[in-house]
Amino acid sequence: MTLSTPSTLSTTVAVIDYGMGNLHSVAKALEHADTHAKVLVTSDKQQIASADRVVLPGVGSIRDCIGEMERLDLIDTIKQAAASKPFLGICIGMQALMTHSAENDGVNCLDIIPGEVERFADQLSDPLASEAADNHLKIPHMGWNQVNQQIKHPLWQNIPQNQRFYFVHSYFVVPQSPEPIAGSTVYGHPVCVALAQENIFATQFHPEKSSDAGIQLFANFIGWDGTYNSSGC
Amino acid sequence: MALAKRIIPCLDVDKGRVVKGVQFVDIRDAGDPVEVARRYNSEGADELTFLDITATHEGRDTIVHVVEQVAGEIFIPLTVGGGIRTVEDVRMMLNAGADKVAINSAAVANPEFVREAAEKFGNQCIVVAIDAKQVAGKTDDQPPRWEIFTHGGRKPTGIDAIEWSKKMVSYGAGELLVTSMDNDGVKNGFDLPLTRTISDNVAVPVIASGGVGNLDHLAEGVIEGHADAVLAASIFHFAEYSIGEAKRHMADKGIEMRL
Repeated sequence: MTLSTPSTLSTTVAVIDYGMGNLHSVAKALEHADTHAKVLVTSDKQQIASADRVVLPGVGSIRDCIGEMERLDLIDTIKQAAASKPFLGICIGMQALMTHSAENDGVNCLDIIPGEVERFADQLSDPLASEAADNHLKIPHMGWNQVNQQIKHPLWQNIPQNQRFYFVHSYFVVPQSPEPIAGSTVYGHPVCVALAQENIFATQFHPEKSSDAGIQLFANFIGWDGTYNSSGC
Repeated sequence: MALAKRIIPCLDVDKGRVVKGVQFVDIRDAGDPVEVARRYNSEGADELTFLDITATHEGRDTIVHVVEQVAGEIFIPLTVGGGIRTVEDVRMMLNAGADKVAINSAAVANPEFVREAAEKFGNQCIVVAIDAKQVAGKTDDQPPRWEIFTHGGRKPTGIDAIEWSKKMVSYGAGELLVTSMDNDGVKNGFDLPLTRTISDNVAVPVIASGGVGNLDHLAEGVIEGHADAVLAASIFHFAEYSIGEAKRHMADKGIEMRL
């Protein structure tokens, strides 16, 4: 009798569930990106620790987000994952990686990537607005904007420069040094919308809502070994 | 580099089936929301909106399955409207895979519901639908005034549409879906003064709806109506125009589009 051996191609992706709403799309899009990937939506420390790669998604406010992580005692588990394996933060999951956020009157975050999270100014205007549109920019920044890849990175593979991705956010990250900036867009001013630091990648936009380009980014993440040398590229 | 204006096709769903004739030659089952969603996605739709028009309570569960199915394979933002009345309704739709819910008459009946839903789930997933009719300034010399109507435009509420829009944003609406009940179904274009007055008075994005008959109307909604997104149903359902054509037309008018 032959025992079936597990596929060596199969990888386990833990999508961290800290009670902040809809993770359905993230999980489905990851499965869609790689049908061999085993996707777990979980708040189980053991499962997160033993997964091959980890996704930290997020919607809602930063205070609730960090608060739930604390309540579920996930902070150390998340920090451990972010220090050791391919790790992808999305939207609030990106903002949570920073040192501090201005949202909810100020919230201390995970401090994995040094920097701040700030709010778009209320009277934001577009200095480059064509005559076809008014220049009064709405908040949240909602819809499809172009992402300028600032570095070469395995997660940008097969994604064209200035590709449009779907955004919905009122706060944005300002890293302490420009070094981790992997992508930027313009909304009234240049905005950092992707970060890369060693085995961590993070996006302000939603790959799970960005159609084919987002699926490509997820496929790249699932195929990524977690290495990235900022000076080598 | 700039944020693109959005085109949002709207699908009317009754007991889990798309109604109001979707005419695509290469679609086997035009009543299947997944097939129609797939088609619109491949044409470049920026988002999809499902409007549940199921009259019976029992039939309502089916919209949840529709959302689950579509969200399982179409990876663009999905909005669900129609019959969203409680926090539990919102939760159910978001858990099924919707990104936003559109709240209509329940907001008029109980504005606190909007606040409660926004606090629980975040402003970004709460769209308030504003159904308005012009009540002054049309045939008289009065300054233009619009009022909120419910029950498909039949029932006046006495609420000023501009004031109501501002109130809904202060209660936590992350986006407004503005429909002219005068123009809906007439195909003469959006009510541009209504759309523009609301858009210029709120900080959140505004979706123009009601009255699209041709591609120029879509472009006018953005250029003259200051809309951030345009929603249309019949011009896409009857395959009069594809979404790709609509986007190219708007881009030709100088509007930033995702092509």
